[in-house]
Amino acid sequence: MPAFASHYTYWITVLLMAAGLYIVVARGNLVKKLIGLSIFQTSVYLLYIAPGKLIGGTAPILSEAFKVYSNPLPHVLILTAIVVGIATLALGLAIVVRIREAYGSIEEDEIVAADRDAGDRE
Amino acid sequence: MTLEHLPALQVMVPLAAAPLIVLLRHAGFAWALAVAASLFAFGASLALALEVSRAGAISYAMGNWPPPWGIEYRVDALSAFVLVLVSAVGALVAPYARRSVAAELPREQHYLYYAVHCLCLAGLLGMTITGDAFNLFVFMEIASLSMYVLIALGRDRRALLASYQYLILGTIGATFYVIGVGLLYLATGTLNIADLAARLPEAQATRAVLAALAFITVGVSLKLALFPLHLWLPNAYAYAPSAATAFLAATATKVSVYVLLRFYFTVFGAPLVVDALPVPQILTGLSIIAIVSASLVAVWQADLKRLLAYSSVAQIGYITLGIGMATRDGLTAAVVHLFNHGITKGALFLLVGGIALRAGSVDFGRLRGLARTMPLTCLGVTLAGLSLIGVPGTAGFISKWYLVLGAIEAGQAWLAALVVLTSLIAVAYVWRFVEAAYLSEPGSGTAVAGEAPLAMLAVSWVMVAACVWFGFDTSFTVQGARRAAELMLGAAP
Repeated sequence: MPAFASHYTYWITVLLMAAGLYIVVARGNLVKKLIGLSIFQTSVYLLYIAPGKLIGGTAPILSEAFKVYSNPLPHVLILTAIVVGIATLALGLAIVVRIREAYGSIEEDEIVAADRDAGDRE
Repeated sequence: MTLEHLPALQVMVPLAAAPLIVLLRHAGFAWALAVAASLFAFGASLALALEVSRAGAISYAMGNWPPPWGIEYRVDALSAFVLVLVSAVGALVAPYARRSVAAELPREQHYLYYAVHCLCLAGLLGMTITGDAFNLFVFMEIASLSMYVLIALGRDRRALLASYQYLILGTIGATFYVIGVGLLYLATGTLNIADLAARLPEAQATRAVLAALAFITVGVSLKLALFPLHLWLPNAYAYAPSAATAFLAATATKVSVYVLLRFYFTVFGAPLVVDALPVPQILTGLSIIAIVSASLVAVWQADLKRLLAYSSVAQIGYITLGIGMATRDGLTAAVVHLFNHGITKGALFLLVGGIALRAGSVDFGRLRGLARTMPLTCLGVTLAGLSLIGVPGTAGFISKWYLVLGAIEAGQAWLAALVVLTSLIAVAYVWRFVEAAYLSEPGSGTAVAGEAPLAMLAVSWVMVAACVWFGFDTSFTVQGARRAAELMLGAAP
């Protein structure tokens, strides 16, 4: 197998990383930004998990029958990271709900304009 | 023995206090519990700092799993120093918060404020004390998520947008950090910071290690608001509740500076970061831009809180300038300034919270003639402002002094001149407050009821007194920082 094909998980990781970050930067919709952020975080899960897996490896069970083990630590780390990611997304969405209540919009340019108008009136 | 479990308890007590507060819901109990947890953390970090200075670094194996397999809590000269700063500010802000929060937040949100205060404190202490790179990420997110909530609790609707923007940038920063840690784990197979430092020389300077260094640098720089990654900071500080601003300004960016120091000098080591790569040059360049541009922007702000926020960006520039020198005096200056700027900014934001409570806003228009009705508060702001400038006899002078010494030691006299010259810009923005408060006639709209409540004023003045005290008695700050600098450069055991 050529090198780029056997390392295809890295290509997917990099693609997700760049795509997620691009969405965060390029989109003005606050919910879409959060979706981009989630994609960006998800790419990191793959970065940790993929190298921990050995083809043909099992979970680390002490037994004569198994000789090749996959590294379980990245899975545990990423379980924690997933929880962190969910907490971030939940808090982000909660803030967006309150922004919508306060401004009546979730488009960044409209919110900035609303603040500027309010500032002019003062 | 409880004493040997102090490293774990220091983080666990505030962490456990937070859900208890949410269950209790009563504002008075919540406040009492938050104060008790913060005071406990302060006492614990003082005890740990004493123990470290007496008997050397403490290693605590979480759950009795020996490092590097289990998570290690490690207290050495550098982390003990930062722990004392963070927990001291936490212990001062918690009693202060009662009146300030009561005035600024609706009643049903009071207990939430104290719960988040405890969570944030636990996160920041955890970041400092842990000896595990991934555990650090988890604590970083605990601290950051609670900071987003603290900011979003602000009265102004712009607080929500500030919190959202900080959430986006903060999460990108934390994710960059965790990518860097992941690459280090792939290169070495370990997450323990001491073990990483021991194993990295084998994997030295492969592309993965260099990429890890780059990711961690950018991620942590976002968190510590290094120019040009500081854009989240001014709005976040300006619109957060007063007590939250004081707490965050004095601790959050400082702990991130600690993380940067830890990775540069413990994990990657000075030979790679300082000698082989142009990291010092980049840091120095960015620091100079941060100091000059943020100071100048601060001078033109119409709002005292925003002025102080931009001044924070500039002051962080002085800290990173010291790191960029990477000499013994430079690092001493960085660590001393980390502490001194923490207490100075803490004092200023606490006093500003008192002004916000009495005057309704901290717009310069509302501050005219304020010294007549709030003489003690204005005197405090002026004294802490002198410390911000670095006038002899204040804590700020000590940091600037070592910064100048470090610049001369590094053979860069122009940097020393720059430090002195840019302090003049700080004179300009502190003078704006003095001019408004002391030299202007009260405007027609200013009806200020008098001094801030005693509890708030007393706590603020403790911080102001600390700014002056550490300008004369430097045995704790300079010696602690010196030990930390020697530890980082590998001169001490």
